[in-house]
Amino acid sequence: MPLPYYVSPEQMMKDKAEYARKGIARGRSIVALEYRDGILLVAENPSTLLHKISEIYDRIAFAGVGKYNEFENLRIAGIRHADLKGYSYSRGDVTAKALANAYSQALGNIFTQDIKPFEVEVLVAEVGDDEGGKNEIYHILYDGTIEDERQYAAMGGQAEDIRRFLKDHYREGLSLAEALQLGVRALSVTQNKTLTERDLEVAVLDRTKPRRKFRRIPPEAIAQLLGTTR
Amino acid sequence: MTAERWLQVFHDYSTSSFVELLRRQAPHLLPTLSAPVDAAGEEVPRGTTVLALRYRDGVVMAGDRQATTGLTVASRRIEKIFKCDELSGIGIAGAAGPALELAKLFQTELEHYEKVEGENLSLEGKANRLSQMIRMNLQAALMGLAVIPIFAGFDERAGVGRLFKYDITGGRYEETNYDAQGSGAKDARDSLKKLWRRDMTRDEAIRVALEALIDAADEDIGTGGPDFVRGIFPTVRTITRSGFTEVPEDEVRRVCEQILNDRRKSEQGA
Repeated sequence: MPLPYYVSPEQMMKDKAEYARKGIARGRSIVALEYRDGILLVAENPSTLLHKISEIYDRIAFAGVGKYNEFENLRIAGIRHADLKGYSYSRGDVTAKALANAYSQALGNIFTQDIKPFEVEVLVAEVGDDEGGKNEIYHILYDGTIEDERQYAAMGGQAEDIRRFLKDHYREGLSLAEALQLGVRALSVTQNKTLTERDLEVAVLDRTKPRRKFRRIPPEAIAQLLGTTR
Repeated sequence: MTAERWLQVFHDYSTSSFVELLRRQAPHLLPTLSAPVDAAGEEVPRGTTVLALRYRDGVVMAGDRQATTGLTVASRRIEKIFKCDELSGIGIAGAAGPALELAKLFQTELEHYEKVEGENLSLEGKANRLSQMIRMNLQAALMGLAVIPIFAGFDERAGVGRLFKYDITGGRYEETNYDAQGSGAKDARDSLKKLWRRDMTRDEAIRVALEALIDAADEDIGTGGPDFVRGIFPTVRTITRSGFTEVPEDEVRRVCEQILNDRRKSEQGA
């Protein structure tokens, strides 16, 4: 049996990280923005059937960029985790923090143990309640790194540029229309074309809704909010 | 080996059922009795009367608020009509503990499917799923802990309200007009038989549902009537194209008052 070549751990991690980052950079981006009534999620996604944004639980949403089959797997694992927990304890005990940590563990484990890391980044967002509860946005990277973000978050190929743009333009207390317009401008900051409702997938966690806060915004409503109705 | 592995992945991914997930990952949470329990000797609280009837825009579901243990009132305020999802509801009768658990599991099952698949089950699919879940409870049912729900909803594909009744083995029977379950079911059904008409309005249907519940409370010792002293009134819900809606308690109270006033008048021969 031939001996395997020796590769230093540093080199191996570096190679894996580079591989994952390249995969993610090929994909289109997603932004999340806190607005007056909750959290807005905007993805550049020309498909109306294969979603990047999804409902996980009453107050919790999921968004993924990168390789579809990989984040789809994470999405379903998240729904299973949340429903199982809510069923065995109570609905109020299901939190974004626990879910984000579970994702972080899973991605970290895959990154170190498997030959091929997942080429994904995911966001887990939880909207606060009416009594001044805080919104939470967690950003989990391909290697399990977890960050909690305030006000806005971006991930995907052009995340750096988008974040820089939002840093200059974001302000508190945006209405839904203002937040959506800002999100779309941020997504198109690195490209020359303007994004229309047909290129976008938009959903909100709306704290004014009863129990299940997640709501998709259909293309006609997106056009209306963007002020581009023909 | 590799062929089996992809097949495993395929199956794991294709499961959109929460019950299936419980069976695989947390079987202890499944509401089935695995050890024989001498339940027949021990009296448990039972939910008494629930009913559903069709009207012009969909279905009305209603239930009294009492749980009864033998000849004793166990609770005056329990709820027996639950929202399953935007377009369907379940009314539970029988052993209250397992029935509440079944309702909760069924709600989670529908929501889980909806989130994983990104779309709703058909009404037919929901009704069948419920029948399989009642069958899971068969062992407990044979020991005297039967759960017998009524399931009703708005069928988007057919554009009509539909209702289903079940037996303890999970047998599923669609009713075209109305049905009632629980200890006061016979009296409620007799009442519905006389009062139900095709194409009733919402207000008419609510009145008929409450007449039937008041009749059931009149004849059956297990069923609770409207309680003006404590301010406890039957639960009434409507399910239409635009969703599952609560009928406000004020309205239920007013209709109950009217019904009782009319009966008082005829009793006094006015």
